[in-house]
Amino acid sequence: MLTDWFPNLKMEDFWQATYETFYMTILALIGTFIFGILLGLLLYLTMEGGLWENKFINAVVGAVVNIFRAIPFIILILLLFPFTEFLLGTIRGPKAALPALIIGSAPFYGRLVEIALKEVHKGVVEAAQAMGANTWTIIFRVLLPEAMPALISGITVTAIALIGYTAMAGVIGAGGLGNYAYYFGFQRRDFDIVLVSSVAIVIIVFIFQFIGDYFSKKIDKR
Amino acid sequence: MMISIKGLRKVFTANETKITAVDHINLDIKEGEIFGVIGYSGAGKSTFVRLINRLEEPTSGKITIDQQEITSLRGKDLRVARRDIGMIFQHFNLLWSRTVADNIAFPLEIAGVPKEDRKRRVQQLIDLVGLTGRELAYPSELSGGQKQRVGIARALANRPKILLGDEATSALDPETTDSILNLLVDINKKLNLTIILITHEMHVIRKICDRVAVMEDGKIIEQGDVLDVFTHPQQEVTKKFVSQVMGISDEHEGIKQMIELYPEGNLFRFHFIGETTNQALISQLAKKFPIDIRILKGKMTPTQHGAYGTLYVQMIGQPDDVEKCVQYVRDETSVKVEVVQDAY
Repeated sequence: MLTDWFPNLKMEDFWQATYETFYMTILALIGTFIFGILLGLLLYLTMEGGLWENKFINAVVGAVVNIFRAIPFIILILLLFPFTEFLLGTIRGPKAALPALIIGSAPFYGRLVEIALKEVHKGVVEAAQAMGANTWTIIFRVLLPEAMPALISGITVTAIALIGYTAMAGVIGAGGLGNYAYYFGFQRRDFDIVLVSSVAIVIIVFIFQFIGDYFSKKIDKR
Repeated sequence: MMISIKGLRKVFTANETKITAVDHINLDIKEGEIFGVIGYSGAGKSTFVRLINRLEEPTSGKITIDQQEITSLRGKDLRVARRDIGMIFQHFNLLWSRTVADNIAFPLEIAGVPKEDRKRRVQQLIDLVGLTGRELAYPSELSGGQKQRVGIARALANRPKILLGDEATSALDPETTDSILNLLVDINKKLNLTIILITHEMHVIRKICDRVAVMEDGKIIEQGDVLDVFTHPQQEVTKKFVSQVMGISDEHEGIKQMIELYPEGNLFRFHFIGETTNQALISQLAKKFPIDIRILKGKMTPTQHGAYGTLYVQMIGQPDDVEKCVQYVRDETSVKVEVVQDAY
C-alpha cells in the first residue's frame, strides 16, 4: 500500500533501515544510560560538599564532559574513526556507529544525571547516613531510586537527541533511516523516500517520548 | 551516664573566616531522660545535635554514648555505632520512592536484618506509632504528623539507645505537635529511651522535657531541671523563652491595679512549682478553712513534673483563719505563698 503512494519506496529496504535505527538507538541508549549515570554520579559525588568531595576529579570529569558536549556530533564521528576501527575493526554499519553515539550522548546525559541527583533532598542522604548507611547503600538505595523519575525523563530527552544522531551517522555510512533517506532518497532525487523516512523518524521519536513519559509518571510517587 | 560530652567544639571555616558554631560544650545526659536543648536559630543547636552522631565532625572534644567513645570511631565502626542512635528531622526526610513499611524497613536493611525479621519488626513499629493500615501508603499521601510518625518508627527500628530530635515538631501545627510529643513521652516511658530534643519552642520543653539546656552563640548559657529553669530563669534569653509559654510578665502593672480594685486587702500570690499532690489546692483550702477564696489573676502551665505558674488570690474571712490557711499552704505543700497586700 505504501508503495502505491510512494513509488520509489522498497519496503524491504525501509524495514531494514528502520530496524537499524532502532538497533542503534536502543544499544546506544543502554550504553549512554550506563556511562551517563557513572559520569553523573562521579560529578555529583566529587562536587563540593559531596560524599567523595574531590576538586581535582570533579574538574577533570567536568572538563571531559564539557569538551565532548561541545564537539558537534558529525565531527565527533570523524574524530572517532580510528578509535572505532581499533575497537570494532570497521567504520561502517550500525555497529560501528555505537562508540560515537555513546561517547556523543553520555556526557549530555551525565549532566542531566548530575542535575537529577542534586534535586534529591540532602536531608534524605543525611538520614541514611544517620542510620549507618555506607556510600554504596546511599547510591543504590537512596540517590538513584529517589532521582529515578528525573533519570527517566532525562534518558527520554537523550533518546530523542540520539535518534537525531543516528540519522547523522547514517549519512556517513552507519545505516538506518538517515542513511536510507540520504542515499536512496536525496541523492537519487527520490524525495518520497526522504518524506517516508522523516515520518518514520518522527513516529519513532513519539514512541520513545511516550514510553519515557509513561514510566516517569508511573514511578513518580512524590 | 548515657551520654557524656566534654569540651565539644565545632569551628566552620567559610571564606577564610572562622565561625565557632559550638563552643566548649560540656553535658551529661542520664539514661531514660528527655533532654531539651533550646535556642534561637543560629545558636548552634542544630550543629550540636549533628555532632552527637557525627553527621558533623567535631573540631575537638569528646562524646561518649553508653561507655563507647563516639568521637574516636572510624569508618565501619562509626556506621555500626550510628545504628544505636536514632534521629528524627524537622522535614522528616523520608524516601518518597518507598512506602511507609519500606521506609521503616530501610535502617533494618542497612543493619542486615533478614527479610522475615524485618517484616515482623516493621509491623511492630507501625503499630507502636499508630499507623496501622497505612503500611502501603507513600509519604506523599500522608499528613505531616503521620510523616513524623514514620520518621519516629524508622528511627526506632534498630532499637537505639538514644533518639535525637532535630526540630522534630517545628514543621507541624500545634495540635499535631502535641500528639507527636505525647508519642515521644510514650516511647520514652515504654522503652526507657534517652531522648535529646532540639527546639526553639519552649512549649516542647515544657511539655515533655525533664531537663533543659539553653544555647546562645554556640554555648550552653543555662541548664537544669525544667522546673528550676522555669522558676528561676537567669539569663535574658531564658527569660524570653519562659515568657513564650507564660506570657509576658506585666506583673507590676497588674498588681497595682489589683490593689486599687480590692482595697480590702488580703491579696496573696501562690507560686506553683511542680505541685502534684495538691492539684485541687484552692477547693481544698476552701473546704478546710472557713474562708472564701477569690481568684484574681493567674497563669498555670503543666510540665512533666507538675504544674508551674502563679495565681493571685484574695482570701476573705477572719484574719485568724486566713493566717492559718496561709500557714497550712506553707507547711503542707510545695506552693510558695507571698503576701501582696495585707489587710488594713
